[in-house]
Amino acid sequence: MQLDALLILAVVMFCAGLMVAITRKNAIMVLIGIELMLNAANLNLVAFSRFDPQALQGQIFTLFVITVAVAEAVVALALAFKVYHYFQTVDLDKISTLKK
Amino acid sequence: MDLETILFYFFMGLTCLSVLYIAWTKNILYAAFALMLTFLGMAGLFVFLGAEFLAITQIVVYVGGILILIIFGMMLTNKLSDKKLVTQRYQLGIGVLIAIGLGYVLIRLIANGAFRNLVWMDRSHTTTAGLKALGMQLMTQYVLAFEIIGLLLLIALIGALYIAGKVRKEESHAA
Repeated sequence: MQLDALLILAVVMFCAGLMVAITRKNAIMVLIGIELMLNAANLNLVAFSRFDPQALQGQIFTLFVITVAVAEAVVALALAFKVYHYFQTVDLDKISTLKK
Repeated sequence: MDLETILFYFFMGLTCLSVLYIAWTKNILYAAFALMLTFLGMAGLFVFLGAEFLAITQIVVYVGGILILIIFGMMLTNKLSDKKLVTQRYQLGIGVLIAIGLGYVLIRLIANGAFRNLVWMDRSHTTTAGLKALGMQLMTQYVLAFEIIGLLLLIALIGALYIAGKVRKEESHAA
């Protein structure tokens, strides 16, 4: 398999995720961007894990990354839910109480 | 071009196109469905990279768990009247500039790195270790990390329940 092609795909995923995370106003969309960035890292880890003599360290680390991503998504969605209850919106520009 | 190569590039193209669609679209719901295609494409790539267990995990956890959670969050945090679930963009120029700049730097880095010439790269045709070795290593060498990650999941579960489950008094101050 082409390693360079996989690495470039991971770069595209990471940059798209970064762009989504910093240009969208909706909190859920920012969360999608963060998931994309985590997945790009996973793809790199698994791609290099193939060249590991035992072919396992990268895969095990990817398992842990997936678990941390799940915990992060759960807590972030709980926060978004609570913010929506309080402010009636998840638009990140309108949640600016601390500015006033 | 044998079938394996064609399938590999099909999954790569699927992942790449759906990622670019997420970056482009304004509709949150379409972005979530494109995210499903991304996760499925990545699961396919994991199979080609010899990580079958991770491919199944990717489908079960991401498509079956996180994606459903994201769609639920979407529906709970929007008033679903007639209008579409559209998100606005701001600082689009700066965002695109940062993303393209970072992508350029990283791709130059990959091109200059010349991973193909490294010594340990020619072991690519060794047989992959398989599911049994993965489980053995996870339960022996990495068992501490495994336990800690379980604890983290428990803490995240309790924390999420505490944050979202309780109705407290300060909601009467809601703007």
